[in-house]
Amino acid sequence: MLNGHEPGAGMFSKSASQQGRLPKFELTIQSGAMGVRQALEAFMSELSPLELEIEESSTVQLVLAEVINNIMEHAYPEGGAAGPIVIKCTGRDDGLHLHIQDEGSPMPGGQLPLGMSQSLNVGLCDLPEGGFGWFLIKDLAKDLKYRRIGQENHLHLRIAITAP
Amino acid sequence: MEMLAKTEGNIRIISVLDKRIDAPAAVLFKETMRNLTQNAPREVVLDLSEVVFIDSSGLGAIVAIMKTLSPDHRLTLAGLTPAVEKVFRLTRMDTVFRIFMTIEEALDAEWS
Repeated sequence: MLNGHEPGAGMFSKSASQQGRLPKFELTIQSGAMGVRQALEAFMSELSPLELEIEESSTVQLVLAEVINNIMEHAYPEGGAAGPIVIKCTGRDDGLHLHIQDEGSPMPGGQLPLGMSQSLNVGLCDLPEGGFGWFLIKDLAKDLKYRRIGQENHLHLRIAITAP
Repeated sequence: MEMLAKTEGNIRIISVLDKRIDAPAAVLFKETMRNLTQNAPREVVLDLSEVVFIDSSGLGAIVAIMKTLSPDHRLTLAGLTPAVEKVFRLTRMDTVFRIFMTIEEALDAEWS
């Protein structure tokens, strides 16, 4: 599947595009707080040939940030052994297809969180400070699929963008 | 976390100079906000015009700060860039906060 690592590139390995205008690419990060920013920066720079509008690029970055944050906070327990997060991206006519896998704990109940919108019709002191992550992912991404395969979590999603 | 506080009249204006309020920054953002709002007047305006990215952790941190400041202070947001505005809109948090397009508009509203 992969054509080997580019020397010096470290986190990247790329393979030739089979379809779509964007070369298929893959990047791996080791979980760790600041790793998220570097991963997102690297990911977004891979998308630069698409010349996405701010609306679309912010959607892509937000979805990926929420997915990675969830893996780091929940799949890989705090203080425990950090593990890899592999992100594969394929550009197709209907958008970006992302496949994200990790070796952490499974999703509770073996399925995706509901990601319900939260009631804001409450007093100030009862306003929610969390739980927006999965709501945003489900709102912005399409075709979400989660599977536990062996000791790995596999998440697939599509982000509809209008590539030029 | 690089943030700048100044007081104009009865308003404490806090500008976030970092580009991101995200998961790695959320805890430090809350701490810095708490420090910069000590002995502040009632009106606190958070200037987000330099922030180009916020995630759910950053949003949660701003909600937490608003709750901490209440009821002695009122937190107003100003200068939301498109990606930041989008997160507030999608989560409908834009209905909870007082939000102004620019810091000037926020100050005008406070003074009038």
